[in-house]
Amino acid sequence: MERSLTLIALFAALIAALGLVPKFDLAFGVPITAQSMGVMLCGTVLGAKRGGLAALLFVGLVALGLPLLAGARGGLGVFASPTAGFVIGFPIAAFVTGLAMQQFRALPIGWAAGVAAILGGVVVLYAFGIGGLMIMLNKGLLEASGLVLAFVPGDLIKAVLAGFITAGLAKARPASLLSRS
Amino acid sequence: MISLTSPVETRAHGWPAGAKLAGLCGATMVLFAIKGLNWHLGFLVATLVIYAMPGRQFFQGGMRRLRVLWPFAAIILLWHLFTNDLASGAVIVLRMITAVGLANLVTMTTKLSDMIVVVRWLCAPLRRFGVQTRSVELAIALVVRFTPILAQKGQTLALAWKARAARRLGWRVITPFAVLAIDDAEHVAEALRARGGL
Repeated sequence: MERSLTLIALFAALIAALGLVPKFDLAFGVPITAQSMGVMLCGTVLGAKRGGLAALLFVGLVALGLPLLAGARGGLGVFASPTAGFVIGFPIAAFVTGLAMQQFRALPIGWAAGVAAILGGVVVLYAFGIGGLMIMLNKGLLEASGLVLAFVPGDLIKAVLAGFITAGLAKARPASLLSRS
Repeated sequence: MISLTSPVETRAHGWPAGAKLAGLCGATMVLFAIKGLNWHLGFLVATLVIYAMPGRQFFQGGMRRLRVLWPFAAIILLWHLFTNDLASGAVIVLRMITAVGLANLVTMTTKLSDMIVVVRWLCAPLRRFGVQTRSVELAIALVVRFTPILAQKGQTLALAWKARAARRLGWRVITPFAVLAIDDAEHVAEALRARGGL
């Protein structure tokens, strides 16, 4: 119980810290300050339930007024802004990532984590993000999708890297990989 | 950790957080229900007046937080310029700025501790079903405490990388970063158990 709680809290803090640490540049110059990779790691490492709760805790603290989003953004205004869908989608994205990770037990950990991160952290997250844009900006599906398509390749790369990182964590701290225990 | 509450003490700082949140819900519903351009112009002006009331510093702080909306405003207005429907584009942009502005007002005038009181109140029905809501408050405290610590450790890792590698800081630094988070979690869990657990 204590271990679940502290892992959930520390992974919520990890999502926040990934937004505070300036500029990890990816190979192709995509800045990784976007915190979607932290959300993917919640799912691939902690599994569906705990990973989803970690992302939910993070989103809850943003709503309470802590500047935890990249660029020190936070507060209730985030949930009224056009990108609200992405933030609201964080917990579901982490949950689906974890669920997929648990389903792909037959695959090697890195592969399973990469595919799970694409399903949860890209497909599900963008579904929520695009839905949010449609509501907030009063736009159709195609128009809203057009606004965010440019970011998809970067997030796909992050999902693949989340796979590598999860495989690394499985070697370094196998007991903490709750998604496979 | 720094919160987004404004250092400029306003009268609204003393109002109950629950009432402010309920008011915000109501105002946002009204904003999305009304379509007229003149109405939305009026709403925005009213919001700006509220921002101006506590003084210059509060107003400037508030406006700085609305700056993130400019790219969206520009894209929407350009789009509607091309489709010859500028009026409805203006409504969308005005509504967006007012809605975010009002929500930010609540955040700027409400302390984190007051917000947590609202969370505790919202969690009350769960306690009836035997859910331990104290762990939610403990989790909040842990995140508030550990975010700056983890960020600090991340910066140390980044420095160590720069000291040893010729290449730019890369994604590989995230694996040890996550290991640090996991180790901290295990240590804190052990410490909690040693003090009687949850």
